[in-house]
Amino acid sequence: MSADVKVLVAPRDTTPNALTAALRKELLLQWRTRGQLMAVFVFGAAALLLFSFAIGPSAVALRTFSAGFLWLGLLLSSTLTLAESFHIETEHNALEGLLLLPADARALYYAKAIANWLQLTLLGAALVPIMVVLYDAGTSRLPLLLAVIALGAAGLSAPGTLYAAMTARLQAKQTLLPLLLFPLIVPALLAAVKATSLVILGDPMGELRSWLGLLAAFDLIYWSLCGLLYGRVIDS
Amino acid sequence: MARRYGPRWALSGLTLDLPAATAVMLAGKNGAGKSTLLRILATAIKPDRGTASIDGFDVVRDREDVRKITALLAHQTYLYESLTARENLAVVADHLRRPRTRVGPALEQVGLASRADDPVAEFSAGMRKRLSFARLLLQEPRLALLDEPYGALDPPGFDLVDEVIASLRRGGATVVMATHHWERAAHICDSAVVLDEGRLIWQGAAADSLAHEPRWAS
Repeated sequence: MSADVKVLVAPRDTTPNALTAALRKELLLQWRTRGQLMAVFVFGAAALLLFSFAIGPSAVALRTFSAGFLWLGLLLSSTLTLAESFHIETEHNALEGLLLLPADARALYYAKAIANWLQLTLLGAALVPIMVVLYDAGTSRLPLLLAVIALGAAGLSAPGTLYAAMTARLQAKQTLLPLLLFPLIVPALLAAVKATSLVILGDPMGELRSWLGLLAAFDLIYWSLCGLLYGRVIDS
Repeated sequence: MARRYGPRWALSGLTLDLPAATAVMLAGKNGAGKSTLLRILATAIKPDRGTASIDGFDVVRDREDVRKITALLAHQTYLYESLTARENLAVVADHLRRPRTRVGPALEQVGLASRADDPVAEFSAGMRKRLSFARLLLQEPRLALLDEPYGALDPPGFDLVDEVIASLRRGGATVVMATHHWERAAHICDSAVVLDEGRLIWQGAAADSLAHEPRWAS
């Protein structure tokens, strides 16, 4: 006696979901425009150099303010990368093209924000050696420093991506983006500077955990809120 | 339906009924409101007054449903300069959740197979237009909205547009095209709609529109 056995295997769905598709596009675009990241790195390094001129030759002062300078350098550089990330979308109205497919607006936002976060984290990590050389601000806790940079970059990229989208079509976008963005990210920036300073200069009072918690909380708020608002922003 | 840009009405008091599975030519002078009408139907912009519906879907209320069945060939190419032709279409295929294997045939259909791996930044305006057509074909729309489909193309490109429109119609799609190539379009379209300063001034068979063309075009 025999029985026919049929095994039905559903074809594997190899098409990506909305976020994966959008993220794949963002990473590809970043790879193709990687020369721009090098230019932004040089800009950030030049900013760090100029800050050191402003302080003068005091090694103690340079080391004390090194965390603030690192974040200022990264902040100034971020306006360039954030604005460029939307220039690509508006050059031939590609963003509208995606929305009309229709692509999920929230997925487009998070993919862009993640790509900008990666770029800023890389940029921050690349500026660390410059900071060490210029300000004598070395630390043995490098992984922790990189983690702080990653958390701080997340606080810049989420609102930065939203505001870059808002200002992308405006003529004065290069001026408006920092004007709108900087006041909003002050709390996250303060937490990032303080946490970085504690990693570099030492943490005798055990404050680092609290500052990192605060930074993570701001990140969570920014990423949730900006994701919700993005659809309305690009709609208008 | 009505739509304005600042104080100027680009469309005003327009009432139209476009039958399914036909090709409709939108004609009229520059600034007549052709592109505005196409952009409203594609849900790229909203009407200020009135409404439009496609297959029963309202262009404002059911925007996502409308977007699933329409495709717009706009003045702007919707392309990424730094990506290759193949990558541009792969981005579209990924977002539409269609297999990337469809990219090759689409490029072949518009005559860009040999330039598939070249960056769009190196493309001429005509090649970009062809690639935009390939993008539209990937969408497999039920309503194809073509804004100046012959623009920037060479004579072989004109034939390509006609072939693409024919292939869309064979698939059962409705085609609405805004064009200044009146005579050419009149031969492939079933009906014509003539706009002037945002108002409908004539509607009828595309072939009949040719008799009036010099008067409207001037």
